[in-house]
Amino acid sequence: MKSGMWTWPIILGVLTTIGLLSALLGDGVWDALSWVTLGVPVAVCVWYGWMRRTKAAA
Amino acid sequence: MISPKAIRTWAWVHKWSSLVCTVFMLLLCLTGLPLIFHHEINHLLGTDVEAPAVPAGTPMADLDRVMETAKARNPTLGGMFVSREPDDDRVWYVTMSPTPTSDSGLKQVAVDARTAAPLAEPSLDSGFMYIMYSLHIDLFAGLPGTLFLGLMGILLVVATVSGVVLYAPFMRKLGFGDVRRERSTRIKWLDLHNLLGIVTLVWVFVVGATGVINTWADLVVKYWQNDQMAEMIAPYKGLPPPATHGSLQKAVTEALALEPDMKLGFIAFPGTSFSSPHHYTVFMRGNTPFTSKLFKPVLVDSQTGKVTDSREPPWYLTGLLLSQPLHFGDYGGLPMQILWAVLDILTIIVLGSGLYLWLKRRNPVVQRDLTEPERLAETPAGANP
Repeated sequence: MKSGMWTWPIILGVLTTIGLLSALLGDGVWDALSWVTLGVPVAVCVWYGWMRRTKAAA
Repeated sequence: MISPKAIRTWAWVHKWSSLVCTVFMLLLCLTGLPLIFHHEINHLLGTDVEAPAVPAGTPMADLDRVMETAKARNPTLGGMFVSREPDDDRVWYVTMSPTPTSDSGLKQVAVDARTAAPLAEPSLDSGFMYIMYSLHIDLFAGLPGTLFLGLMGILLVVATVSGVVLYAPFMRKLGFGDVRRERSTRIKWLDLHNLLGIVTLVWVFVVGATGVINTWADLVVKYWQNDQMAEMIAPYKGLPPPATHGSLQKAVTEALALEPDMKLGFIAFPGTSFSSPHHYTVFMRGNTPFTSKLFKPVLVDSQTGKVTDSREPPWYLTGLLLSQPLHFGDYGGLPMQILWAVLDILTIIVLGSGLYLWLKRRNPVVQRDLTEPERLAETPAGANP
């Protein structure tokens, strides 16, 4: 198994969880925290999925 | 390390749980997309209710006058619910029905909360959003349709979990985010499916699971009625339901006096599934972002206008109420709605690519391109690879 395979999935999962909860618990800065933490997984999808054009290791 | 046999088993679980639910999940994702923006769309369609400007300091109209206005529009119907938007106390939405438990023949009247003037009669059973809503909630098939969609949602959760298990063997030789574009189209979509699937995992899991919980709403409310509501109205056991009811305004005033730090959420009329035959139930919401999602029922005797009982919602009702915002994505302003929509579209891509990978599964050219764990995962359980 490639080392660190789960590092990014776990970080993104934790960010998503924070994003889902923070706007529920408060307004203002808590909403903003949600936007950032939910925005990261979205940005990761778009970047690796469609924007990165370097050759991947096969 | 996961054994080849285990990989085949998980692949079988992933394949079949996905195949059965994918068409319905695609439908839910597509119909859910406009529902995320239902306020904005209703505004664009001109079907939302606009409250006219009134002089500052105009007092709120008596709720009994509001009901008279609604009643004048629908003389043959009785009150069912009175509600308002959490962020707008200028408009009451009065839902009326032939009997308190009817699920057809419902009419709604929007009444100005300051002047008690009728503003609009929003249609409850026509229009674009109604079609989207019905397809999303029950496929036009009532409670059986809702429970069926809940079952499909459980399969989505199973597909999500099994997909996570399969992520490891597929990623053995790849770095995070690697997409092999130079190989076949199928390999490219396999990598995209794995990438988008693992990154959106927690969101899909939470929205899927809370969607399933929402399909049980009717049953949960029914249980609450037989559980906590039955205890609260025990003193009324065996009494005939009153033919007429007293002042709604008095009931609401009493509820507000009992919970001065809470705001009014909605009112259920006597005999409806959210109340008892003897009570107006005033559902109060908290004042903080979190407690505003929760409702505390205050039962007010419809004859005397006195509070009978009020209890904190039990855990299962709290769970249901919290699963609503987590499914709808309506609790963090427009940026959150947009993120919800993008994540919804990413989910559509995961579903669509999964279907594509299955359709292209037996292509021998593709088989040659697979790594060993991929071949194992692609081979039906029990067969020799």
